Amino acid sequence: MSFDREYFNVGYLDSLSYRDTFVHKLDPRVKVLVSFIFILFVVSFPKYDLSGLMPYFIYPVFLLTAGDIPVKAIAKKVLYISPFAIFIGIFNPLLDTEVVLTLSGLPVTGGWISFLSIIVKFILTVSTALLLIAVTSFPGICEALARMKLPKVFVIQLLFLYRYLFVLLEEALRMLRARDARSSGKQGKDIKTFIRLISVLLLRTIERAERIYQAMLSRGFRGEIRVLNRHKLGIQDILFVIFSVGMFYIFRNFNIVGFLGETVSRSIR
Amino acid sequence: MSHHILELKDLYFSYPDGTEALKGISFKIFHGESVGIAGSNGSGKTTLLLNLAGHLLPTKGEVSIGEILLTKKTRHEIRRKVGLVFQRPDDQLFMPTVYEDVAFGPVNLGLPSEKVDERVRNALEMVGCLNLINRPPHRISEGQKSAVAIATVMAMKPDILVMDEPASNLDPKSRRQLINLLKGFKHTKIVASHDLDLILDVCERCMIMKDGEIVADGPAEEVLFNEALLGENNLELPLSRQNSRLSFR
Repeated sequence: MSFDREYFNVGYLDSLSYRDTFVHKLDPRVKVLVSFIFILFVVSFPKYDLSGLMPYFIYPVFLLTAGDIPVKAIAKKVLYISPFAIFIGIFNPLLDTEVVLTLSGLPVTGGWISFLSIIVKFILTVSTALLLIAVTSFPGICEALARMKLPKVFVIQLLFLYRYLFVLLEEALRMLRARDARSSGKQGKDIKTFIRLISVLLLRTIERAERIYQAMLSRGFRGEIRVLNRHKLGIQDILFVIFSVGMFYIFRNFNIVGFLGETVSRSIR
Repeated sequence: MSHHILELKDLYFSYPDGTEALKGISFKIFHGESVGIAGSNGSGKTTLLLNLAGHLLPTKGEVSIGEILLTKKTRHEIRRKVGLVFQRPDDQLFMPTVYEDVAFGPVNLGLPSEKVDERVRNALEMVGCLNLINRPPHRISEGQKSAVAIATVMAMKPDILVMDEPASNLDPKSRRQLINLLKGFKHTKIVASHDLDLILDVCERCMIMKDGEIVADGPAEEVLFNEALLGENNLELPLSRQNSRLSFR
């Protein structure tokens, strides 16, 4: 059943984040910061500048290889969300029909270039965000956000979301299995049953919330949760920031692709 | 040893919908005693435990822990003394990692971080789960979850350990480990369970509840070997006792 598969998918990305590689060991703050700066740089490119974006693929590729993350896991997820980006850019080729260059006789309009640059920006930013989660444990990201002064309410919401996402999914999984066990074929799979399932799930969740709250109270909860700081900035963290942000800056301000292209074509000649 | 630590005087409790769950319960528990509470489903065991820890306030009667009488004002203090382990470990473990979960209580007690760290390690050591310290709770087994749940409470250094069905959902080996663990604790313990063998192993005293009342209270061996009494309360002789007839032991 597809729900089973989806459930294990969610768990898969999470299980990747407990590996032990160089990128996994970096301070989560550093990874959140660098990824955020990366996204800012990528988004800052003008809409016709397609070639300038290309060097930026180095960052997700670096996370992917150094973090030992299977490409397929990330590529699939990027593909799932891609319709959003495609719909945003799909009308560009129709609206912007000015021919800006010809590729071996084929005229290419500005619309197509800007459409492609939207897609490339989408792939870069989304894959980086996914990779950030795959190479940083979720509690690590929450710790980073808390220490970067994100309001505590949000951080705690995220922590609880993460903790109970799996519990809730498992509960839903059990209910769906129980339904399937007693519905032969299509019977019992209509929207009416589904609504009841959802409402039961909601009630169970509320009851569970009450029990969790009692468990919190019995351990001295008075309305404040302290997020523990368990990472220390090391030299490798600082070097990572300097090196990657420096690279992003160079990619933004110097035409690396043009330079490479010229060198290659000159050497061929 | 003779000084009692917990006293209930004629305790009544009704839920808002009118169900009378506890009807006049009185008993004393002494320092270092371990007491089992058995009873059929819906006999009021969980309600009683929630009253002991101040999660529910009695509608009539008194609960006192040591010298402190349970009221709305003292309930925080009471909770610090009564370590309640809930039935489902998933409700008990709410933080993203085992470390943070065990640290939650000590942090709330306002301890400095080295002390918190020490308590977390000691508590996990005690239940044999120090190796799980950095794992997220959704990636450990049910048996490990219940052990960690006990650690979260032990890290608070409670005067009384109160447990609701500690061994439900455990496989025989995890259950046996839990029993050995509980036997090793010198704490005052209250264990509510259907698992009469567990009570027999862990507790020297046993009470039986029926419809919100205590119908039997005495040495565990006496209460749990009384077949007629057990039968009246939807219970059966502990399995170990049933086997002993075949001269199993």
